[in-house]
Amino acid sequence: MAGDRKRGGTGAVADALDGAWTAAMGLTEPPMRALQRAIGAARMPWAFLAPNLAFFGLFVFLPLLIDVWFSLTGGPRLFPSQRPYVGADQYRHLLACGNYLDPSTCDQDRFWRAVRNTAEFTLFQVGAIVVVSLATAIALNRRIVAKGFFRAVFFFPVLLSPVVVALVWKWILQRDGLLNAVLGAAGFGKTLFFVSPGWAMFWAIFVSVWAHMGFYTLILLAGLQAIPADLYEAAEMDRTPPWRAFARITLPLLAPSLLVVAVLALIKAVQIFDEVFVLTGGGPGSATLMVVQYIYETGFSGVVQDFGLAAAASVALGVALFGLTLAQLRLSRGKEGAT
Amino acid sequence: MASVSLGGIEKSYGDVAVIHGVDIEIADGEFVALVGPSGCGKSTLLRLIAGLEPITAGEMRIDGERVNEKGAAERGLAMVFQSYALYPHMSVRKNISFGLENQRLPREEIARRVARAASTLRLEDYLERKPRALSGGQRQRVAIGRAIVRDPKVLLFDEPLSNLDAELRVATRREIAALHAEIGGTMIYVTHDQVEAMTLADRIVVLRAGRVEQAGAPLELYNRPANLFVAGFIGSPKMNLLPAKAVAANAAATSLALGGDVLRDLPLAAPGIAAGADVVVGVRPEHVRIVAPGRGDFDGSIAFSERLGAGGFAYVDVEGAPQVTVQEDGQAIRPRGARVGLALAREGLHLFDPAGPALARSAAGA
Amino acid sequence: MNKALAFALRRRGRGWHWTDVLTYAYLSFGVLLMFGPVLWLALSSFKTPAALAEFPPTLLPWAPQTVTLPGDTARYPLVTAKGADGATVTMALKRRIGLVAILVDPKDPSKALHVPADSTRPVRRLRLAFENYVDPLKSFDFPRYLWNSVFVTLVATLITLLINSMAAYALAIYEFKGRGLVTLLVMASLMAPITIILVPAYLVVNELGLVNSLWGVILPGAATPTGVFLLRQYMLTMPRDLVEAARMDLASEWRIYWRIVMPLSAPALAVLAIFSVMWRWNDFLWPLVTLTTSDHFTLQLALNSFQGELQVRWNYLLAMTVVTLLPVAIVFAFLQRFIASGIATTGMK
Ligand SMILES: Nc1ncnc2c1ncn2[C@@H]1O[C@H](COP(=O)(O)OP(=O)(O)O)[C@@H](O)[C@H]1O
Ligand SMILES: [Mg+2]
Repeated sequence: MAGDRKRGGTGAVADALDGAWTAAMGLTEPPMRALQRAIGAARMPWAFLAPNLAFFGLFVFLPLLIDVWFSLTGGPRLFPSQRPYVGADQYRHLLACGNYLDPSTCDQDRFWRAVRNTAEFTLFQVGAIVVVSLATAIALNRRIVAKGFFRAVFFFPVLLSPVVVALVWKWILQRDGLLNAVLGAAGFGKTLFFVSPGWAMFWAIFVSVWAHMGFYTLILLAGLQAIPADLYEAAEMDRTPPWRAFARITLPLLAPSLLVVAVLALIKAVQIFDEVFVLTGGGPGSATLMVVQYIYETGFSGVVQDFGLAAAASVALGVALFGLTLAQLRLSRGKEGAT
Repeated sequence: MASVSLGGIEKSYGDVAVIHGVDIEIADGEFVALVGPSGCGKSTLLRLIAGLEPITAGEMRIDGERVNEKGAAERGLAMVFQSYALYPHMSVRKNISFGLENQRLPREEIARRVARAASTLRLEDYLERKPRALSGGQRQRVAIGRAIVRDPKVLLFDEPLSNLDAELRVATRREIAALHAEIGGTMIYVTHDQVEAMTLADRIVVLRAGRVEQAGAPLELYNRPANLFVAGFIGSPKMNLLPAKAVAANAAATSLALGGDVLRDLPLAAPGIAAGADVVVGVRPEHVRIVAPGRGDFDGSIAFSERLGAGGFAYVDVEGAPQVTVQEDGQAIRPRGARVGLALAREGLHLFDPAGPALARSAAGA
Repeated sequence: MNKALAFALRRRGRGWHWTDVLTYAYLSFGVLLMFGPVLWLALSSFKTPAALAEFPPTLLPWAPQTVTLPGDTARYPLVTAKGADGATVTMALKRRIGLVAILVDPKDPSKALHVPADSTRPVRRLRLAFENYVDPLKSFDFPRYLWNSVFVTLVATLITLLINSMAAYALAIYEFKGRGLVTLLVMASLMAPITIILVPAYLVVNELGLVNSLWGVILPGAATPTGVFLLRQYMLTMPRDLVEAARMDLASEWRIYWRIVMPLSAPALAVLAIFSVMWRWNDFLWPLVTLTTSDHFTLQLALNSFQGELQVRWNYLLAMTVVTLLPVAIVFAFLQRFIASGIATTGMK
C-alpha cells in the first residue's frame, strides 16, 4: 500500500515534469517543423548545429582571429579597425630582453617574471600532483574499509571554487591564523607567509595541489582498477615481492593514465590564475605573479590598459598550450604505435 | 493499402554495393516475405522501402507514385523492428499513440484507435506499463500495435519473431497470419527463417547477396526451385543434393552415375547435357524411401534416425555421396549401421547444373 | 562493537601488514588535511570579531558573556576574579583604571570590588555568532550577489544543456556531409580556453553591449565542447532503431530530438548539468573581466573584493565564504558517486 502511495506521489511529479516538457515541445515544435518543411529533413542537422556553432564562432573562433590582430596593432583603442598596425612591435616589446635568466634586464620585466614564476609553479605543482595523486590512488585501491568515504574526502576540494579555496587557506595562513598557532605551540615564532617570496610560492603550489589532486586521483584510480587482478595473482604465485610487482606491473600498465594526468595537469598549471591571484595577489612584489595574471593586469586592471601587449602575451600562451597539446598527441600516438 | 513496385533498386554504402538491382512488384493487399541468409541485404532492402535509407539507383513506387525522394515520414508506411524499438521511457499507450499524435489527430480519435489496436492485440491490461515491464511476446505485440494503429499503406516487418522463444514464435506467427487475414493490408515481411516465409506469405522473394534468386508462391518455390540455392534454402529438412555424372541424356530421360551406381532412364528431360557432365540431383526427404538393401537405387547404412512420433527422419550414409535424409512414416526404429536400400521417387527429382540453375525436373514436380 | 570493527578491519587470513598501517595512517592524515581547513573555516565563521582576533585561536566559537547593569543600557563583560576572602566570584567588569579592574555585582552595582586587571578571566560561553550571516544580508548587497550567481548559474546551465544537446544530436544521429569537419571544429575549440582569448572575447562582449551585464558572463561560455562530446558519446550508444521507429511514426526531426533522444539522454544531461552548475558557480576570471561594477558582482567576485579590502572584516567574509561553498557541499553530499564516476568515465572537470 505504502509503495503504491509513494508511486502515486512520484508519479505526480513525473506527470508535472512531463507536462512541462510537452508544453515546451508545443511551443518549440511548430517553428521547427516549419523550418524542416522549408529546408528539408536532410539539412536539419545544420539547424540543430546552428546555435552552438554560432556561439563557438562568435566567442571562440572570431576572438582567436582578433587576438592575432590585436597583438599586431597598438594604441589604447579597443575597436580593431581603430588600432594602428604596428607589425611585430608588441612581440618585440614583450620578448626583448638583455638576459632571459634575469627578468630585470627585460623590457617587460613583469612578463618575464611571470613566465619564470609560472614555469617554477608548473614544474613543482605538476610533479607534486603526479606523486601525491599516485600515492593516494594506490592507497585507495587497496583493500580498505570506508573506501567511498576516503575517496570522497580527497575528491571534494575539486568542486570548491578557486576563490573559496584561496580564502580557506588564507584564513589558516594569516599572521594570527591556525598554522601559526600550531607552530607557536611547537615553539616556533610567527611566520608571515605572504611576506616571504619563498613561502608565498610554496603555499601557492601547495594550495593548488590540495585543490586539484582529487581529480587526478580519480583518473589514476580508474587506471589502477583497469589493471586485471589476475596479473597480481600471477605475480603472487611467482613470489614476486610487492615493490617489484609495483615496478613491473603497476607502473608500466598505469603509464598511459600517468601521462594523461601529467599532461592535463600541465595544461591547467600553465594557465593558473584564480587561486593564486586571490591567495597572494601575485605578491609579495611579483613573487607569485603568473602569466594569466599578467595578461589580466596588462589588459584590464592596470592604470593603462594595453590590449595589444595583453593579446601578444595571450598568443604566446596559446602557442605554448598548442605545443603542449601537440606533444601530448604525439606521445599518446607514439604509445599506441609501440604496443 | 497500397501496391509497391521496386525497379532496378541498387544500394551502396560508399564503395560497397549491398543491393544489386532488385525488381519486385507487390500487389495491393499482398503478403510478401523476403527471405535469405543473414547478411544478404533483406533489412537493407526493407529500409530502402521504408525510406530510412536513400536509394542509390533504381526507382521505387508506392501506388504508382515515385517515392525515391520522400523521407520515411512522408511515405506513410509503418514498420515493426527486429529489436521492437519501443520507446523505453513511454508507456505502452504512449508508444502506440505517439505516431497518431505526430499526425495531430484529435484526442478522441487517438483514444479510439489505441483502444481498437489494444483489443486486437490483447494489450488492454498493459497500456500503462513501460516496455521493460513486459515479456518478449507482449513487447512484440506492442510493436505491432504501434505499426497498425496508423492504418499504414504498407506494413513492414523486419525479422519480428527472431527475438522470441520457439513456442512463442509459433503462436505469434499465427497471430500475424490472423492479423493479415483481418486487416488485409499490404505486408512485407523479412525473415531468414523459411518456415515463417512458407507459412505466412502469399509470395516469397528469395534473396542472396543483394540479388533476387527467385520469387513466387511458397509451394511454387518448394516444388520448382529455380536453382540450387533456392532448392537448398526452401524446405525443412533440406532437399538432398547429390552430385552425379550424366551418363546419357535425351529429350525424355536421363541416366546418371551416382556414387557407384547408375540410375537409368530417370524421367528428367535434359537434352542439352553432354555425357560425362557434372550435375546435381535434388530430391526432397519425402521423396526418398527406405527399401531392402539392393532393391533401391543405391545402398547405404543408417547413420542415425529421429523419431518424432508421427513419422521421423533417417539419415543415411552413402558411399561416394553426401548423407541422405529420408522422411519416414510410422514409428519403426532403425538400428544404427543397418544396411538399407534407398529408392528415389521418380516424380520428385530435380536436376541442377553445379553452377546453380535448374536443368530439369520430373513430371509430377513440374 | 569491537567485534564489528575487528571484522571490518580483518585482513583476509594475513594479519596486519605494515603497509596496511601505513595506508590507514596516510588516509587519516588526508582526512585531516582535506577536511580540516574547510571545517576550520566553517567553525570560524561562527565566531565574533573579538573571538576571531584571539591568538592562539580557540577551536570552538567561545564568546565573552556580557550582562547589563540596572539603570544602564550598556553591556558589560562578565569576568571571574578572586575576592578578598580568596573565593572566586563572578562579576561584571565595569571599568578598568590602569592596572586595576573595577568589578561590580550585576544584581547590586553598588557592591564594587577592585582587583588587579590581569587577575580577571572573562566568562565565556559557546555562542554561534549568527549575526555574521544575518548582517551581510542587511548591510551589504549580499542578496544581490547571491541572486547574480544563482541567475548566471541557472540560465547558463539551461542554455548550455539546450544548445549542446542540439549539436550533439546533430553529430550523433545524422550522417551528413561536413559532420567530420564540424566535429573537428568543436574539438579545436577545446584548444582555445578563455585565458588565451581574454582580450578579443572582451571586445566581442563589449561590442554586443554586454559588459557589466550578466548576459555577458552567461553567453560566451554557453557552447562547451566538453558538453557536446559528452552528450554525443551518450547518444551514440542509443539504438538507432528508436530514431528510425520515430521517423516511421511520422515524427518531425525536432520531435524526435525532444520526445525521444532528450528524455533518453537524461543521465548524460544530468552529468552535464552538474558540471555546468559547478563551472558557472565557481567561475572567476571571465566575470572578473566583464563585471566591473559591484552591482553585477557574482559571489566569487564579491568575496574577492572583500578579501582585498584594507580592513578585511573576516567575520563577514568567512560567513559569506561558507554560504558560497554550501551549494557545492550539498551537491557533493548527494551526488558524489555520480560526479566521481562522471569524471572517471569522461575525464573532464
Ligand atoms: N550502414 C551500413 N554501412 C555499410 N554496410 C552496411 C550497412 N548496413 C548494412 N551493411 C551491409 O549490408 C549487408 C546487408 O545487411 P542487412 O541488410 O542488414 O542484412 P540482413 O539480410 O541480415 O538483414 C551486410 O553485409 C552489411 O554488412
Ligand atoms: Mg537484418
